[in-house]
Amino acid sequence: MTDSKKDYQKILGSVQKPVIGEAGKTGTWSSKKPIIDLNKCIPVKSGKPSCFNCWLYCPEAVVTRTIPPEIDLVYCKGCGICMEECPVKAIKMEEVNPE
Amino acid sequence: MNVSEQEKTEIKENIIMLTGNHAAAHAIRQARVGVVSAYPITPQSPVVEKIAEFISEGKLKARFVKVESEHSAMAVLCAASATGSRVATATSAHGLELMYEMLPWASGNRLPIVLNLATRSLGAPWSVWTDHQDFITIRDVGWIQFMCENNQEVYDTNLQAFKIAEDPRLFLPVVCGYDGYITSHTAQPVKLENQEKIDNFIPPLNHHINLSDISQVKGIDPVTTPHIVKRVEGTAPGYYEYRYALQRSLENSINIIKEVHDEFAKRFGRSYGNGVLKTIKTDDANIIIFAMGSVASQSRVAINKLRSEGLKIGLIILKLFRPFPAEELRQFFKDIENIIVFDKDIGYGYEGVLSYELKAALYGLKNRPNIKGFIVGLGGRDVKTEHIITGVHNALNEFKQGIFTNKTEFLGLRLDELSDYDESTYFKSG
Repeated sequence: MTDSKKDYQKILGSVQKPVIGEAGKTGTWSSKKPIIDLNKCIPVKSGKPSCFNCWLYCPEAVVTRTIPPEIDLVYCKGCGICMEECPVKAIKMEEVNPE
Repeated sequence: MNVSEQEKTEIKENIIMLTGNHAAAHAIRQARVGVVSAYPITPQSPVVEKIAEFISEGKLKARFVKVESEHSAMAVLCAASATGSRVATATSAHGLELMYEMLPWASGNRLPIVLNLATRSLGAPWSVWTDHQDFITIRDVGWIQFMCENNQEVYDTNLQAFKIAEDPRLFLPVVCGYDGYITSHTAQPVKLENQEKIDNFIPPLNHHINLSDISQVKGIDPVTTPHIVKRVEGTAPGYYEYRYALQRSLENSINIIKEVHDEFAKRFGRSYGNGVLKTIKTDDANIIIFAMGSVASQSRVAINKLRSEGLKIGLIILKLFRPFPAEELRQFFKDIENIIVFDKDIGYGYEGVLSYELKAALYGLKNRPNIKGFIVGLGGRDVKTEHIITGVHNALNEFKQGIFTNKTEFLGLRLDELSDYDESTYFKSG
Protein backbone atom coordinates (compact mmCIF):
# COMPACT_ATOMS: atom_id res chain seq x y z
CA MET A 1 0.00 0.00 0.00
CA THR A 2 2.64 2.51 1.08
CA ASP A 3 4.81 1.67 -1.92
CA SER A 4 2.00 2.20 -4.42
CA LYS A 5 1.42 5.73 -3.07
CA LYS A 6 2.35 8.56 -5.40
CA ASP A 7 4.81 11.19 -4.13
CA TYR A 8 2.06 13.79 -3.64
CA GLN A 9 -0.06 11.31 -1.65
CA LYS A 10 2.68 11.03 0.94
CA ILE A 11 2.76 14.76 1.64
CA LEU A 12 -0.38 15.70 3.56
CA GLY A 13 -0.85 18.19 6.40
CA SER A 14 2.27 19.58 7.97
CA VAL A 15 2.72 17.76 11.27
CA GLN A 16 5.72 18.00 13.56
CA LYS A 17 6.98 17.43 17.06
CA PRO A 18 7.51 20.54 19.13
CA VAL A 19 11.21 21.35 19.31
CA ILE A 20 13.34 24.16 20.72
CA GLY A 21 14.41 26.67 18.10
CA GLU A 22 11.91 25.67 15.40
CA ALA A 23 12.14 29.08 13.74
CA GLY A 24 15.92 29.39 14.15
CA LYS A 25 17.89 31.35 16.75
CA THR A 26 15.30 34.04 17.32
CA GLY A 27 17.52 35.83 19.85
CA THR A 28 19.25 37.46 16.91
CA TRP A 29 16.02 39.40 16.20
CA SER A 30 16.20 41.40 19.42
CA SER A 31 17.38 44.96 19.72
CA LYS A 32 17.10 44.85 23.53
CA LYS A 33 17.74 42.13 26.09
CA PRO A 34 16.22 41.72 29.59
CA ILE A 35 18.48 41.92 32.65
CA ILE A 36 17.11 40.74 36.02
CA ASP A 37 18.13 42.68 39.12
CA LEU A 38 18.48 39.82 41.59
CA ASN A 39 18.37 42.24 44.55
CA LYS A 40 14.73 42.99 43.68
CA CYS A 41 13.52 39.64 42.28
CA ILE A 42 10.85 38.18 44.64
CA PRO A 43 11.85 34.46 44.46
CA VAL A 44 15.50 35.36 44.99
CA LYS A 45 14.80 37.69 47.90
CA SER A 46 12.37 35.32 49.60
CA GLY A 47 14.28 32.19 48.68
CA LYS A 48 10.92 30.59 47.89
CA PRO A 49 9.32 29.56 44.59
CA SER A 50 6.95 32.49 44.20
CA CYS A 51 5.85 35.15 41.70
CA PHE A 52 7.46 33.82 38.47
CA ASN A 53 5.39 36.28 36.42
CA CYS A 54 8.29 36.53 33.94
CA TRP A 55 8.20 32.75 33.44
CA LEU A 56 4.40 32.78 33.16
CA TYR A 57 4.07 35.61 30.69
CA CYS A 58 7.07 34.97 28.42
CA PRO A 59 5.49 34.20 25.00
CA GLU A 60 8.63 32.35 23.90
CA ALA A 61 9.02 30.22 27.07
CA VAL A 62 12.66 31.22 27.42
CA VAL A 63 12.48 32.06 31.17
CA THR A 64 13.09 29.22 33.64
CA ARG A 65 10.98 28.64 36.76
CA THR A 66 14.07 28.52 38.98
CA ILE A 67 15.70 30.59 41.71
CA PRO A 68 17.03 32.78 40.25
CA PRO A 69 14.99 32.77 37.00
CA GLU A 70 17.25 32.46 33.96
CA ILE A 71 16.60 33.85 30.50
CA ASP A 72 17.81 32.00 27.39
CA LEU A 73 19.09 34.89 25.29
CA VAL A 74 19.70 32.58 22.30
CA TYR A 75 15.91 32.58 21.75
CA CYS A 76 14.71 35.70 23.62
CA LYS A 77 13.24 38.08 21.02
CA GLY A 78 13.52 41.05 23.41
CA CYS A 79 9.80 41.85 23.47
CA GLY A 80 9.95 43.26 27.04
CA ILE A 81 6.78 41.57 28.31
CA CYS A 82 8.71 40.21 31.33
CA MET A 83 9.78 43.75 32.20
CA GLU A 84 6.16 44.92 31.90
CA GLU A 85 4.81 42.09 34.06
CA CYS A 86 7.45 42.12 36.84
CA PRO A 87 5.60 43.49 39.90
CA VAL A 88 8.77 44.85 41.53
CA LYS A 89 10.37 46.29 38.38
CA ALA A 90 13.36 43.96 38.72
CA ILE A 91 13.76 43.59 34.94
CA LYS A 92 15.34 46.21 32.69
CA MET A 93 15.76 46.11 28.92
CA GLU A 94 19.29 46.93 27.76
CA GLU A 95 20.41 47.80 24.25
CA VAL A 96 22.02 44.92 22.41
CA ASN A 97 25.30 45.74 20.70
CA PRO A 98 24.29 46.12 17.04
CA GLU A 99 26.78 43.74 15.47
CA MET B 1 -38.92 -1.88 -13.27
CA ASN B 2 -40.20 -4.55 -10.91
CA VAL B 3 -40.51 -3.38 -7.35
CA SER B 4 -41.36 -5.87 -4.61
CA GLU B 5 -44.05 -5.10 -2.02
CA GLN B 6 -41.39 -4.84 0.65
CA GLU B 7 -39.41 -2.34 -1.39
CA LYS B 8 -42.57 -0.34 -2.07
CA THR B 9 -43.22 0.04 1.66
CA GLU B 10 -39.59 0.93 2.24
CA ILE B 11 -39.70 3.61 -0.44
CA LYS B 12 -42.96 5.06 0.94
CA GLU B 13 -41.56 5.19 4.46
CA ASN B 14 -38.35 6.89 3.53
CA ILE B 15 -39.48 9.51 1.04
CA ILE B 16 -40.37 12.69 2.88
CA MET B 17 -40.90 16.32 1.95
CA LEU B 18 -37.74 18.24 2.73
CA THR B 19 -36.25 21.60 1.89
CA GLY B 20 -32.72 21.62 0.47
CA ASN B 21 -31.44 22.87 3.81
CA HIS B 22 -33.10 20.07 5.73
CA ALA B 23 -31.93 17.51 3.17
CA ALA B 24 -28.36 18.67 3.93
CA ALA B 25 -29.01 18.45 7.69
CA HIS B 26 -30.33 14.89 7.37
CA ALA B 27 -27.26 13.85 5.35
CA ILE B 28 -24.97 15.35 7.99
CA ARG B 29 -26.91 13.48 10.71
CA GLN B 30 -26.73 10.19 8.85
CA ALA B 31 -23.03 10.65 8.15
CA ARG B 32 -22.64 10.61 11.96
CA VAL B 33 -20.55 13.76 12.29
CA GLY B 34 -18.83 14.32 15.62
CA VAL B 35 -18.58 18.10 15.71
CA VAL B 36 -20.65 20.86 14.10
CA SER B 37 -19.88 24.54 14.49
CA ALA B 38 -21.73 27.30 12.73
CA TYR B 39 -23.00 30.84 12.87
CA PRO B 40 -26.49 31.61 11.56
CA ILE B 41 -26.85 33.39 8.22
CA THR B 42 -29.69 33.52 5.72
CA PRO B 43 -30.47 31.36 3.75
CA GLN B 44 -28.35 28.65 5.36
CA SER B 45 -29.63 28.88 8.96
CA PRO B 46 -32.21 26.06 8.78
CA VAL B 47 -29.36 23.58 8.13
CA VAL B 48 -27.70 24.15 11.47
CA GLU B 49 -30.99 24.78 13.29
CA LYS B 50 -32.09 21.31 12.22
CA ILE B 51 -28.75 19.80 13.26
CA ALA B 52 -29.08 21.46 16.69
CA GLU B 53 -32.55 19.91 16.92
CA PHE B 54 -31.20 16.46 16.01
CA ILE B 55 -28.57 16.79 18.73
CA SER B 56 -31.06 17.96 21.40
CA GLU B 57 -33.42 15.10 20.51
CA GLY B 58 -30.58 12.63 20.78
CA LYS B 59 -30.84 11.66 17.11
CA LEU B 60 -27.26 12.75 16.50
CA LYS B 61 -24.47 12.24 18.99
CA ALA B 62 -22.38 15.27 18.17
CA ARG B 63 -20.99 18.36 19.81
CA PHE B 64 -22.46 21.63 18.52
CA VAL B 65 -20.00 24.44 19.21
CA LYS B 66 -21.67 27.85 19.30
CA VAL B 67 -19.36 30.59 18.09
CA GLU B 68 -19.37 34.33 17.55
CA SER B 69 -18.56 34.31 13.84
CA GLU B 70 -18.10 32.14 10.76
CA HIS B 71 -14.36 32.67 11.04
CA SER B 72 -14.46 31.01 14.45
CA ALA B 73 -16.78 28.29 13.17
CA MET B 74 -14.21 27.21 10.59
CA ALA B 75 -11.38 27.57 13.14
CA VAL B 76 -13.27 25.23 15.50
CA LEU B 77 -13.84 22.73 12.70
CA CYS B 78 -10.17 22.79 11.66
CA ALA B 79 -9.16 22.00 15.25
CA ALA B 80 -11.91 19.40 15.67
CA SER B 81 -11.00 17.73 12.40
CA ALA B 82 -7.35 17.60 13.46
CA THR B 83 -8.41 15.53 16.47
CA GLY B 84 -9.74 12.91 14.08
CA SER B 85 -13.41 13.84 14.22
CA ARG B 86 -15.82 14.00 11.28
CA VAL B 87 -17.04 17.59 11.04
CA ALA B 88 -19.46 19.70 9.01
CA THR B 89 -20.93 23.20 8.82
CA ALA B 90 -23.03 25.43 6.59
CA THR B 91 -22.90 29.07 5.58
CA SER B 92 -23.84 31.64 2.93
CA ALA B 93 -22.55 34.80 1.26
CA HIS B 94 -20.80 37.11 3.74
CA GLY B 95 -20.55 34.26 6.22
CA LEU B 96 -18.39 32.46 3.69
CA GLU B 97 -16.40 35.64 3.07
CA LEU B 98 -15.74 36.01 6.80
CA MET B 99 -14.78 32.34 6.89
CA TYR B 100 -12.51 32.80 3.89
CA GLU B 101 -9.36 33.36 5.92
CA MET B 102 -9.67 29.90 7.51
CA LEU B 103 -10.51 28.03 4.28
CA PRO B 104 -6.94 27.63 2.96
CA TRP B 105 -5.85 26.36 6.41
CA ALA B 106 -8.39 23.56 6.07
CA SER B 107 -7.26 22.57 2.59
CA GLY B 108 -3.56 23.18 3.30
CA ASN B 109 -3.69 20.89 6.34
CA ARG B 110 -5.77 18.43 4.29
CA LEU B 111 -8.69 18.40 6.72
CA PRO B 112 -11.78 16.58 5.33
CA ILE B 113 -14.37 19.20 6.34
CA VAL B 114 -17.77 19.28 4.61
CA LEU B 115 -19.37 22.71 4.16
CA ASN B 116 -22.87 23.31 2.82
CA LEU B 117 -23.25 26.60 1.00
CA ALA B 118 -26.76 27.91 0.35
CA THR B 119 -25.63 30.41 -2.28
CA ARG B 120 -26.47 34.07 -1.94
CA SER B 121 -25.35 37.28 -3.60
CA LEU B 122 -22.68 39.49 -2.06
CA GLY B 123 -23.33 43.06 -0.94
CA ALA B 124 -23.35 45.88 -1.62
CA PRO B 125 -26.12 46.62 -2.22
CA TRP B 126 -27.51 44.38 0.44
CA SER B 127 -29.37 41.36 -0.84
CA VAL B 128 -30.29 38.08 0.75
CA TRP B 129 -31.38 36.48 -2.51
CA THR B 130 -29.55 33.94 -4.56
CA ASP B 131 -26.81 33.98 -7.14
CA HIS B 132 -23.50 32.12 -7.36
CA GLN B 133 -21.21 35.01 -6.45
CA ASP B 134 -20.23 33.61 -3.03
CA PHE B 135 -19.62 30.13 -4.46
CA ILE B 136 -17.14 31.33 -7.09
CA THR B 137 -15.08 33.54 -4.77
CA ILE B 138 -13.54 30.52 -3.03
CA ARG B 139 -12.40 28.83 -6.21
CA ASP B 140 -8.68 29.30 -5.51
CA VAL B 141 -8.44 28.04 -1.91
CA GLY B 142 -8.01 24.33 -2.64
CA TRP B 143 -11.46 22.98 -1.75
CA ILE B 144 -13.48 20.55 -3.84
CA GLN B 145 -16.64 22.39 -4.93
CA PHE B 146 -19.94 20.81 -5.97
CA MET B 147 -23.05 22.59 -7.20
CA CYS B 148 -26.38 20.79 -6.76
CA GLU B 149 -29.66 21.28 -8.58
CA ASN B 150 -32.33 19.74 -6.36
CA ASN B 151 -32.90 18.56 -2.81
CA GLN B 152 -32.25 14.88 -3.44
CA GLU B 153 -28.99 15.86 -5.09
CA VAL B 154 -28.07 17.97 -2.04
CA TYR B 155 -28.63 14.94 0.20
CA ASP B 156 -26.79 12.53 -2.10
CA THR B 157 -23.90 14.89 -2.78
CA ASN B 158 -23.41 15.42 0.96
CA LEU B 159 -23.14 11.68 1.53
CA GLN B 160 -20.62 11.41 -1.31
CA ALA B 161 -18.80 14.50 -0.03
CA PHE B 162 -17.82 12.83 3.25
CA LYS B 163 -16.51 9.78 1.43
CA ILE B 164 -14.58 11.89 -1.09
CA ALA B 165 -13.17 14.23 1.55
CA GLU B 166 -11.99 11.35 3.72
CA ASP B 167 -10.57 9.18 0.93
CA PRO B 168 -7.03 8.28 2.07
CA ARG B 169 -5.76 9.23 -1.40
CA LEU B 170 -7.21 12.74 -0.98
CA PHE B 171 -7.99 14.21 2.46
CA LEU B 172 -9.53 17.38 1.05
CA PRO B 173 -12.33 19.65 2.27
CA VAL B 174 -15.54 19.77 0.20
CA VAL B 175 -18.18 22.44 -0.43
CA CYS B 176 -21.70 21.39 -1.42
CA GLY B 177 -23.32 24.41 -3.04
CA TYR B 178 -27.00 24.83 -3.83
CA ASP B 179 -29.08 27.88 -4.72
CA GLY B 180 -30.47 29.84 -1.79
CA TYR B 181 -34.31 29.71 -1.60
CA ILE B 182 -34.79 28.01 -4.98
CA THR B 183 -33.20 24.89 -3.51
CA SER B 184 -32.58 25.76 0.14
CA HIS B 185 -36.17 26.69 1.02
CA THR B 186 -38.28 24.78 -1.49
CA ALA B 187 -39.65 21.47 -0.28
CA GLN B 188 -39.34 18.45 -2.55
CA PRO B 189 -39.68 14.72 -1.94
CA VAL B 190 -36.32 13.38 -0.79
CA LYS B 191 -35.53 9.73 -0.24
CA LEU B 192 -33.62 9.24 3.00
CA GLU B 193 -31.48 6.14 2.88
CA ASN B 194 -31.27 3.36 5.39
CA GLN B 195 -28.72 4.14 8.12
CA GLU B 196 -26.98 0.80 7.84
CA LYS B 197 -26.46 1.28 4.11
CA ILE B 198 -24.98 4.72 4.75
CA ASP B 199 -22.72 3.37 7.50
CA ASN B 200 -21.40 0.82 5.03
CA PHE B 201 -20.91 3.51 2.39
CA ILE B 202 -19.14 5.94 4.71
CA PRO B 203 -16.95 3.99 7.14
CA PRO B 204 -15.59 5.79 10.25
CA LEU B 205 -12.99 8.44 9.47
CA ASN B 206 -9.42 7.18 9.50
CA HIS B 207 -7.69 10.55 9.63
CA HIS B 208 -4.07 11.25 8.71
CA ILE B 209 -3.86 13.60 11.70
CA ASN B 210 -5.12 12.71 15.14
CA LEU B 211 -4.08 15.20 17.79
CA SER B 212 -6.35 13.54 20.37
CA ASP B 213 -3.83 10.71 20.51
CA ILE B 214 -1.57 12.19 23.19
CA SER B 215 0.77 9.21 23.30
CA GLN B 216 2.78 11.24 20.81
CA VAL B 217 3.29 14.95 21.33
CA LYS B 218 2.84 16.62 17.99
CA GLY B 219 1.37 19.69 16.39
CA ILE B 220 0.11 20.78 13.01
CA ASP B 221 1.06 23.86 11.06
CA PRO B 222 4.68 24.50 11.87
CA VAL B 223 6.28 27.33 9.93
CA THR B 224 7.37 25.92 6.60
CA THR B 225 10.21 27.59 4.80
CA PRO B 226 11.10 28.06 1.14
CA HIS B 227 13.51 25.16 1.72
CA ILE B 228 13.44 21.48 2.61
CA VAL B 229 14.13 21.34 6.35
CA LYS B 230 15.77 18.80 8.61
CA ARG B 231 13.70 18.34 11.75
CA VAL B 232 14.15 16.04 14.72
CA GLU B 233 11.67 13.66 13.04
CA GLY B 234 13.59 13.65 9.77
CA THR B 235 13.62 15.64 6.54
CA ALA B 236 10.42 17.62 6.03
CA PRO B 237 8.89 19.22 2.93
CA GLY B 238 8.95 22.97 2.34
CA TYR B 239 5.87 25.05 1.57
CA TYR B 240 6.34 24.46 -2.17
CA GLU B 241 6.14 20.67 -1.79
CA TYR B 242 3.00 20.89 0.38
CA ARG B 243 1.28 23.07 -2.20
CA TYR B 244 2.40 20.83 -5.07
CA ALA B 245 0.84 17.89 -3.23
CA LEU B 246 -2.41 19.82 -2.70
CA GLN B 247 -2.68 20.74 -6.38
CA ARG B 248 -1.80 17.23 -7.63
CA SER B 249 -4.33 15.71 -5.25
CA LEU B 250 -7.02 18.07 -6.51
CA GLU B 251 -6.14 17.28 -10.13
CA ASN B 252 -6.29 13.57 -9.42
CA SER B 253 -9.43 13.81 -7.30
CA ILE B 254 -11.64 13.88 -10.40
CA ASN B 255 -11.20 10.13 -10.94
CA ILE B 256 -11.85 9.43 -7.26
CA ILE B 257 -14.95 11.65 -7.32
CA LYS B 258 -16.28 9.64 -10.29
CA GLU B 259 -15.41 6.40 -8.52
CA VAL B 260 -17.29 7.44 -5.35
CA HIS B 261 -20.24 8.60 -7.47
CA ASP B 262 -20.36 5.27 -9.28
CA GLU B 263 -20.22 3.37 -6.02
CA PHE B 264 -23.03 5.54 -4.66
CA ALA B 265 -25.08 4.87 -7.82
CA LYS B 266 -24.52 1.13 -7.42
CA ARG B 267 -25.49 1.09 -3.75
CA PHE B 268 -28.38 3.56 -3.78
CA GLY B 269 -29.62 3.52 -7.38
CA ARG B 270 -29.33 7.23 -8.12
CA SER B 271 -26.75 8.84 -10.37
CA TYR B 272 -25.87 12.34 -11.54
CA GLY B 273 -24.24 12.09 -14.95
CA ASN B 274 -20.73 10.83 -14.28
CA GLY B 275 -20.55 12.59 -10.91
CA VAL B 276 -18.76 15.54 -12.49
CA LEU B 277 -20.96 16.61 -15.40
CA LYS B 278 -24.57 15.91 -16.28
CA THR B 279 -25.52 15.73 -19.93
CA ILE B 280 -29.07 16.35 -21.18
CA LYS B 281 -30.08 15.59 -24.79
CA THR B 282 -26.53 15.93 -26.03
CA ASP B 283 -26.36 12.86 -28.29
CA ASP B 284 -27.30 14.62 -31.54
CA ALA B 285 -26.60 18.17 -30.39
CA ASN B 286 -24.36 20.70 -32.11
CA ILE B 287 -25.40 23.53 -29.78
CA ILE B 288 -24.78 23.18 -26.05
CA ILE B 289 -25.88 25.24 -23.08
CA PHE B 290 -23.36 25.20 -20.23
CA ALA B 291 -24.57 26.16 -16.75
CA MET B 292 -24.79 25.07 -13.11
CA GLY B 293 -27.28 25.04 -10.25
CA SER B 294 -30.70 26.61 -10.72
CA VAL B 295 -29.69 28.16 -14.05
CA ALA B 296 -29.16 24.65 -15.36
CA SER B 297 -32.61 23.59 -14.11
CA GLN B 298 -34.20 26.46 -16.04
CA SER B 299 -32.15 25.52 -19.10
CA ARG B 300 -33.67 22.02 -18.99
CA VAL B 301 -37.02 23.65 -19.78
CA ALA B 302 -35.49 25.98 -22.36
CA ILE B 303 -33.84 23.24 -24.42
CA ASN B 304 -37.17 21.44 -24.81
CA LYS B 305 -38.70 24.61 -26.24
CA LEU B 306 -35.68 25.28 -28.46
CA ARG B 307 -35.78 21.70 -29.74
CA SER B 308 -39.38 22.21 -30.79
CA GLU B 309 -38.03 25.08 -32.95
CA GLY B 310 -35.81 22.52 -34.64
CA LEU B 311 -32.51 23.40 -32.95
CA LYS B 312 -30.26 20.47 -32.12
CA ILE B 313 -29.52 21.73 -28.66
CA GLY B 314 -28.38 19.98 -25.50
CA LEU B 315 -27.31 20.91 -22.00
CA ILE B 316 -24.18 20.27 -19.97
CA ILE B 317 -24.63 20.84 -16.26
CA LEU B 318 -21.47 21.41 -14.30
CA LYS B 319 -21.71 19.51 -11.02
CA LEU B 320 -18.05 19.72 -10.07
CA PHE B 321 -16.72 23.27 -10.26
CA ARG B 322 -13.40 22.65 -8.48
CA PRO B 323 -11.29 20.91 -9.53
CA PHE B 324 -12.50 22.18 -12.91
CA PRO B 325 -13.04 19.07 -15.07
CA ALA B 326 -11.18 20.51 -18.06
CA GLU B 327 -10.20 17.16 -19.56
CA GLU B 328 -13.80 15.88 -19.51
CA LEU B 329 -15.02 19.11 -21.07
CA ARG B 330 -12.38 19.00 -23.82
CA GLN B 331 -13.38 15.44 -24.64
CA PHE B 332 -17.02 16.36 -24.72
CA PHE B 333 -16.77 19.62 -26.64
CA LYS B 334 -14.20 18.59 -29.26
CA ASP B 335 -16.83 18.21 -31.97
CA ILE B 336 -19.39 20.75 -30.77
CA GLU B 337 -19.86 23.92 -32.85
CA ASN B 338 -21.65 26.35 -30.57
CA ILE B 339 -21.65 26.78 -26.80
CA ILE B 340 -23.73 29.26 -24.84
CA VAL B 341 -22.81 29.79 -21.19
CA PHE B 342 -25.11 31.25 -18.55
CA ASP B 343 -23.44 32.61 -15.44
CA LYS B 344 -25.21 33.62 -12.25
CA ASP B 345 -21.96 35.29 -11.19
CA ILE B 346 -19.30 37.61 -12.55
CA GLY B 347 -15.55 37.56 -12.24
CA TYR B 348 -15.86 41.35 -11.80
CA GLY B 349 -13.79 43.23 -14.32
CA TYR B 350 -13.80 40.26 -16.66
CA GLU B 351 -16.63 37.88 -17.61
CA GLY B 352 -18.95 35.31 -16.10
CA VAL B 353 -16.67 32.79 -14.43
CA LEU B 354 -18.02 29.65 -16.10
CA SER B 355 -17.69 31.42 -19.43
CA TYR B 356 -14.01 32.24 -19.17
CA GLU B 357 -13.08 29.02 -17.45
CA LEU B 358 -14.70 27.01 -20.22
CA LYS B 359 -12.89 29.11 -22.83
CA ALA B 360 -9.59 28.41 -21.07
CA ALA B 361 -10.35 24.70 -20.77
CA LEU B 362 -11.01 24.39 -24.50
CA TYR B 363 -7.88 26.32 -25.51
CA GLY B 364 -6.01 24.55 -28.28
CA LEU B 365 -8.86 22.32 -29.50
CA LYS B 366 -8.51 21.68 -33.23
CA ASN B 367 -12.11 22.55 -34.03
CA ARG B 368 -12.54 25.49 -31.73
CA PRO B 369 -16.21 25.94 -30.80
CA ASN B 370 -17.91 29.34 -30.69
CA ILE B 371 -18.50 30.35 -27.07
CA LYS B 372 -20.75 33.14 -25.86
CA GLY B 373 -21.42 33.92 -22.22
CA PHE B 374 -24.38 35.69 -20.65
CA ILE B 375 -24.97 37.01 -17.13
CA VAL B 376 -28.32 36.09 -15.60
CA GLY B 377 -30.21 36.38 -12.33
CA LEU B 378 -27.85 38.32 -10.07
CA GLY B 379 -29.33 39.09 -6.65
CA GLY B 380 -32.22 36.68 -7.12
CA ARG B 381 -33.65 38.24 -10.31
CA ASP B 382 -35.80 35.52 -11.88
CA VAL B 383 -34.00 33.52 -14.54
CA LYS B 384 -36.82 32.85 -16.96
CA THR B 385 -36.97 30.31 -19.73
CA GLU B 386 -37.37 33.17 -22.21
CA HIS B 387 -34.09 34.70 -21.03
CA ILE B 388 -32.28 31.47 -21.84
CA ILE B 389 -34.04 31.24 -25.20
CA THR B 390 -33.21 34.89 -26.06
CA GLY B 391 -29.61 34.23 -25.09
CA VAL B 392 -29.37 31.22 -27.36
CA HIS B 393 -30.93 33.11 -30.30
CA ASN B 394 -28.68 36.14 -29.85
CA ALA B 395 -25.59 33.99 -29.55
CA LEU B 396 -26.36 31.93 -32.64
CA ASN B 397 -26.95 35.17 -34.54
CA GLU B 398 -23.56 36.53 -33.49
CA PHE B 399 -21.83 33.25 -34.30
CA LYS B 400 -23.35 33.36 -37.79
CA GLN B 401 -22.02 36.89 -38.33
CA GLY B 402 -18.63 35.99 -36.86
CA ILE B 403 -18.96 38.54 -34.06
CA PHE B 404 -16.72 37.94 -31.07
CA THR B 405 -16.62 40.04 -27.93
CA ASN B 406 -15.45 39.70 -24.32
CA LYS B 407 -17.94 42.33 -23.25
CA THR B 408 -20.50 40.87 -20.83
CA GLU B 409 -24.14 40.80 -21.80
CA PHE B 410 -26.93 40.81 -19.20
CA LEU B 411 -30.24 39.04 -19.69
CA GLY B 412 -33.30 40.10 -17.70
CA LEU B 413 -32.08 43.65 -16.95
CA ARG B 414 -34.97 46.09 -16.58
CA LEU B 415 -33.27 49.40 -17.26
CA ASP B 416 -36.23 50.44 -19.42
CA GLU B 417 -38.30 50.87 -16.26
CA LEU B 418 -35.69 53.24 -14.84
CA SER B 419 -35.74 55.96 -17.49
CA ASP B 420 -36.62 58.52 -14.77
CA TYR B 421 -33.95 57.37 -12.33
CA ASP B 422 -30.90 59.52 -11.69
CA GLU B 423 -29.28 59.33 -8.28
CA SER B 424 -28.36 63.02 -8.31
CA THR B 425 -32.05 64.00 -8.40
CA TYR B 426 -33.48 60.90 -6.68
CA PHE B 427 -33.33 62.28 -3.13
CA LYS B 428 -34.69 65.70 -4.04
CA SER B 429 -37.91 64.25 -5.38
CA GLY B 430 -39.00 62.91 -1.96
